[in-house]
Amino acid sequence: MEIFNHNANVNFLGMRKVSIGIAVLLMLVSIALLAVRGLDYGLDFTGGISAEISYQQPVAVADVREALAKAGMEHAVVQSLGGTKEVSVRMQPTAAMLDQGKVNLDKVSDVVSRALKAARPDAQLKSRSSVSSQVGDELRSDGTVAAIFVILGIGLYLWVRFERRFAIAALATEVHDVLVTLGVLAITGREFDLTVLASVLAVIGYSINDKVVVFDRIRELFRLARKAEPVEVLNRSINSTLSRTIITSLFTAITMAALYFIGGAVVQGFAITMLIGILVGTLSSIFVASPILLWLGVSKQDLMPQTKENPELARRP
Amino acid sequence: MSDFPRWKYFLVAIVLVLGIVYALPNAFLPQPAVQVTANRNGVVNQALQEKALHALKQQNIAYQSAELSNDHLLVAFGNADVQKTAGDAIKAALGDDYTVAFNLKSTVPHWLSMIFARSMPLGLDLQGGVHFLMEVDQSDVVDKQETRYADDIRSMLRDKNIRYDSVSRNAVRGQGVAVVLRSAADRTAAANAIAAEYPDLSVQDGQVTGDRFVLNAVLRPDKLRDISLNAVRQNLGTLRNRINALGVSEPIIQQQGDSRIIVELAGVQDTAEAKKLIGATATLEYRAGYGSPQQAMDAQRTGSVPPDARLYKDQRGNPVLLSKKIIVTGDQLVDAASGTEQQSGSPMVSVTLNAAGAKKMLDFTTSNVGKPMGVVYVERVVETKVVDGKEVRTPKITEEVINYATVNGVFGKNFQTTGLRSAKEASELALLLKGGSLAAPIDIVEERVIGPSLGQDNIAKGMKAVLIGLGLVLLAAAIYYKLFGLVADVALFFNLVILVAVMSLVGVTLTMPGIAGIVLTLGMAIDANVLICERVREELRNGSSPHASIRAGYEKAWATILDANVTHLIAALALTTMGSGPIRGFGVTLLIGILTSMFTSVTVTHAITALIHGHRKLKTLSV
Repeated sequence: MEIFNHNANVNFLGMRKVSIGIAVLLMLVSIALLAVRGLDYGLDFTGGISAEISYQQPVAVADVREALAKAGMEHAVVQSLGGTKEVSVRMQPTAAMLDQGKVNLDKVSDVVSRALKAARPDAQLKSRSSVSSQVGDELRSDGTVAAIFVILGIGLYLWVRFERRFAIAALATEVHDVLVTLGVLAITGREFDLTVLASVLAVIGYSINDKVVVFDRIRELFRLARKAEPVEVLNRSINSTLSRTIITSLFTAITMAALYFIGGAVVQGFAITMLIGILVGTLSSIFVASPILLWLGVSKQDLMPQTKENPELARRP
Repeated sequence: MSDFPRWKYFLVAIVLVLGIVYALPNAFLPQPAVQVTANRNGVVNQALQEKALHALKQQNIAYQSAELSNDHLLVAFGNADVQKTAGDAIKAALGDDYTVAFNLKSTVPHWLSMIFARSMPLGLDLQGGVHFLMEVDQSDVVDKQETRYADDIRSMLRDKNIRYDSVSRNAVRGQGVAVVLRSAADRTAAANAIAAEYPDLSVQDGQVTGDRFVLNAVLRPDKLRDISLNAVRQNLGTLRNRINALGVSEPIIQQQGDSRIIVELAGVQDTAEAKKLIGATATLEYRAGYGSPQQAMDAQRTGSVPPDARLYKDQRGNPVLLSKKIIVTGDQLVDAASGTEQQSGSPMVSVTLNAAGAKKMLDFTTSNVGKPMGVVYVERVVETKVVDGKEVRTPKITEEVINYATVNGVFGKNFQTTGLRSAKEASELALLLKGGSLAAPIDIVEERVIGPSLGQDNIAKGMKAVLIGLGLVLLAAAIYYKLFGLVADVALFFNLVILVAVMSLVGVTLTMPGIAGIVLTLGMAIDANVLICERVREELRNGSSPHASIRAGYEKAWATILDANVTHLIAALALTTMGSGPIRGFGVTLLIGILTSMFTSVTVTHAITALIHGHRKLKTLSV
């Protein structure tokens, strides 16, 4: 079975001005979104208290919000946890939840469940947490450090294994992918918690995978071709890996969709972020990475194996 | 025909068999159980088992099995509800002498345990429980040290007859101690004296105004870090002791970073109880000995204690009489460290007191050489008991004499406690002394309670997601790549098995993000096979023979697979360095998954492909 015409020769590089234009636009929009709207940071980052509540009968998020507001918790963020019977509540602790200036989780569960049970007796508290804001601040900086570490580490590897231009192209595309993924998260107002952060970091790993496959083919074709016209080589590389790029993305997306629909509330944010990242990463592998490479002036000479390198060694399975 | 070496078949076969064996324990779900261990006065024996089982019988609680081992009794039950009522019943029947805890009884067959095959421990999000993240109060550490040094410097200057105006802490915390002297000469003398006496302080000249010569003594940063690390270690030790008393089985008490401690208690739902225990305060009291050992025995037997004495017990339960008057308390103790005495080589604990404590100790020892002195460890713990089906909380103060020794000479600030039987006893005593000397207080900065039903829900959903995700990919691969897809499917299935086996062997705690990592690994592991299959198809299209296509497909895809996986591995590695918590669990899973998938997707599929196609003449390939 084949979905893609293996003789396809779409001129992807021909539309490079349009595709890069769109990519830059998307990046700018994402940066603006992140600056203006920002991410909806979860409890892990903001600090505060949260609780998960399950109902025996379906419940509307608005009703839960109203019940909490009635009891003096107007700023609570109420979100549905997948189905209609479970919600999560997140807020900064109110005075009634404090015990000598510190959060007392038993009081939290008292206050919240009393407020909710007053409106709906079938409400039941399933879990509760409290996180101090200072832990969150550290996480945010840890996360940034990890992301930078990943991007630099990968850049270094590509520089050594391929060539400087490949490393730069991959990093630029990588930054694009992360920014756009975060932008989508910002616009949809998805809660950004620890598992979503993990997912964003995993997106970097996934999307670099995609780029490396295309780059590998570019290197191979440059080395094989007698007269290597860069545009032609890049186009042929993208076309001949196109089937693989899309099939792998589809397969990975299938598993993430399963996780999204079945895995429950805890991993939903993870799965949706990954799905967004897979889409963005796949598109940028096809439309963005290679044009950047072309602009950086990649050529056959840069990629010929050096004498000290034994190509047989790298190939050996 | 086949270019697949024979030893690789063996390798694949061995790894697959080992993978199955070591993944197997996870198929045996543990049973909820109640574990009974003895406290100081209890003994675990046949009689105990009979007593516990009798209590269960009385309340018509059915149990599945009861197992008596060296130091504990383990009774297993059908489900968590029965476990809870049974725990209450046994607790009521056995009383104070035993600790009754909820545990899980492994149902893994003996032969598997023999070869160290074990199941993955479940994270709190999969089984319910409480999680605390605690932090040592650094500012308190600084406060205590600066106050202590201010006192010490004052009395040292007095001893050395160096005249000073004042010795006080600087207004800003961490800025050290300011000593104000009257002349430059005095200042030099003081600086030298401080530098000689307290190597942990760095001394610097400050401002000179009129006849006020300021000298600043600041605690060295590495020493400060040392102290706070010690405080964490000390708190870890104390927490371990106390949580054991709480009766939670297999608690997780770990250090995280320089100043944090993670405590995870599976199965516990009541944070209040756990918190009270964690926050329990311990103090020390040095008291003068009273009378003879015989008098103590008499006092215990008759119950009549002399009016100016108190009756205590030591760690072995023997009676000890101590004076009611306290010489020094724990907050005057600065440090306690175990070591060996230089002359005799016997284990000892050296104790350092602050200036106030040193003076009192000096006063006491001056007039009491040759007389005994005891150290009492006082701990206040809140206990929970079930009375008539209701939980009743009572604060309980435990007092115990941890050391009783004869004063051999006059001493003040520094002294050694010798006569200890082993190095272990010495280090235990040092730990207790420090535990009672009010280590830096710990604040709870993060707290989570996960209900048990939520845990079961999570695990059910997670498992379903793994299986359905796997099923869908297997189906898609088989449809798209036909026979090669089926081969990839077999490899993918084994990838899951080996991944689980490695995670179990390494002892990775399974959490929800970890499950997400497994699902993602499965989705991405197929990538290598997609690469190979696409290459094989390309080669066929270019007119290569089937065998040549397979060979070229694997060869050409390998470089790509390697590059792609190494970059991915770098990303996974960064995830594992992100402290602990959900991200780490995910990162570790991803890391192991990438490694196992490289083996299964390339080597295993190559072996199977070679087996199928190796010795036949082929016209076409099903790819």
